[in-house]
Amino acid sequence: MYGYVARRLAMTLPTLLLVSVAVFGLVRLIPGDPVQLMFGDLGTLEQMAVARAALGLDEGLPTQFWRWLSSAATGDFGASITNGEAVLPLIWSRFQVSASVVLVAVTIASAIGVAVGTIAAWRQNSGVDLTIVALTTLILSIPTFWLGLMLLLLFGVKLGWLPVIGYVSVAEDPLQAVAFLVLPIATLALHESGVITRMARASAIDVLRLEYIAHARAKGLSEARVLIRHVLPNAFAPTWTLVGLIMGNLLGGIAVTETVFSLPGLGRLMVDAVFGRDYPVVQGCLLFTAFLYVIVNLMIDLLYPLFDPRVGAE
Amino acid sequence: MSRWIGLLIGLPLFAAMGGMGLVAFFWTPYDPRAARIRDRLRGPSADHWFGTDEFGRDVLSRLMDGAQVSFTVALSTVVFAIVVGTAIGVTAGFLRGAADRVIMACNDALLAFPGILLALGLMVALGPGQFSIVLALGLAYTPSVVRILRGTVLSLREKEYVEASRMIGNSDAYTMFRHVLPNCVAPIAVLATSMFGWAILSESALSFLGLGVPPPAATWGNMLSSGRPYMAWAEWLSLAPGLCIAITLLGVNLLGDALRDWLDPRMAAS
Repeated sequence: MYGYVARRLAMTLPTLLLVSVAVFGLVRLIPGDPVQLMFGDLGTLEQMAVARAALGLDEGLPTQFWRWLSSAATGDFGASITNGEAVLPLIWSRFQVSASVVLVAVTIASAIGVAVGTIAAWRQNSGVDLTIVALTTLILSIPTFWLGLMLLLLFGVKLGWLPVIGYVSVAEDPLQAVAFLVLPIATLALHESGVITRMARASAIDVLRLEYIAHARAKGLSEARVLIRHVLPNAFAPTWTLVGLIMGNLLGGIAVTETVFSLPGLGRLMVDAVFGRDYPVVQGCLLFTAFLYVIVNLMIDLLYPLFDPRVGAE
Repeated sequence: MSRWIGLLIGLPLFAAMGGMGLVAFFWTPYDPRAARIRDRLRGPSADHWFGTDEFGRDVLSRLMDGAQVSFTVALSTVVFAIVVGTAIGVTAGFLRGAADRVIMACNDALLAFPGILLALGLMVALGPGQFSIVLALGLAYTPSVVRILRGTVLSLREKEYVEASRMIGNSDAYTMFRHVLPNCVAPIAVLATSMFGWAILSESALSFLGLGVPPPAATWGNMLSSGRPYMAWAEWLSLAPGLCIAITLLGVNLLGDALRDWLDPRMAAS
């Protein structure tokens, strides 16, 4: 058990280092001089040289990288070029919006997906199963941003039940906030439940074939008890890994959903920073999301033995 | 049985959308970029089957143009990722040892990045445009190709016929091309189909964000994004492009499932 945890932790460090190099390199690839951008046409050559020295841009790349990484490690991600705000607090406040949407959506999607997937596997090749498989194929073919637009068109514009544009934080007005969050959460939950249903169905089918299921049935357990006590726990482990991947992918691709529903989340912050050529913010968002993705997957792997004691037992 | 249903539905859907793009190379009902302000935001009619957009441009013509862009980008992306990924993956799997470890460490670090985020970051560095999208998405998908190909090569190189080929004195390179690569075709084909779907989806998502193919070129993604402000009055602007994306993805997904069942009999059993 401790060996498993130690190995998994040791694997994470080089990954994080390589990810940092990638983010640093990516932003250095951007053509154009950030100092020139800061001053526009107004700066004199001397002013620009001073600014360049202040930003450490006159040093070699390895020195720059080291300086950037060590200040990032202490939580100093620099300041936004557009409005001078510190990057990390900015990212953190926007991240809370994205994270709450993603967490709620993934929780709902897992509950639906695991239940529906297990039922489909239990009645494999029946009408119910084929309907479920057909529905998931359909859901997986609808891009989330279009699904979001259609829900917005239906519930916001046509029926007028929910507001179309705007955002209020939960702290300000919980009831109003829910009205703004329902559709984004429903969109993501609906789409991801399709992914999870497929995975849960496939792993439940594998488990249902095993001998201990036949044994459980032979000793006279009810079908419900067989499913809940013997199939679900063993079929859930692969789905759990998928949930981690989904969470990471959602955080990486959340910009699109946030654009549809005009939510002030992390993805929107990054895309706006890209348009504004606000490189410290872009770099911060990339690094933050990539680290988050690595850490979410690390946590999923570390919790994995809880769901499947065979892993990490040796 | 379900394999045939998938093929029977998937192929026509995919062919219809791809065909639309092909036809657009030679003919579209109207000039997809010609603005006619007097005809702006007209609903679907006999003249304009899918209506006109906020500049009075014919939506059907733009959908056809968009199909052409999406399919070209997706196809180029898949070819790029497969060629580069196969080269790296096969090399790593065949060389093994230190080279393999270094390649796979870098590869895993790239895989630790969500693909769409990597593509987004690369788009920032490369600037918008059709060529940058292909490069960005291609590089984002390459690591998964490398991973699968290396695994296949590692298991193939233990096979007797590969051993035999080296035994009779064939060079490593010859053995690789003649005996290992042909056996990688099945996993590559399955992966290529799903990547085609991802590429269509990611390209439209990036274009929707305004980071993909820039206007006035039409793509399904940027049509959705420019139609969004007019959603209340001109819902066809939000419906038609999204429907095109969904139909394409449905076709690709059904084809991909059918292909996997056919090439990988172990999966078909379930």
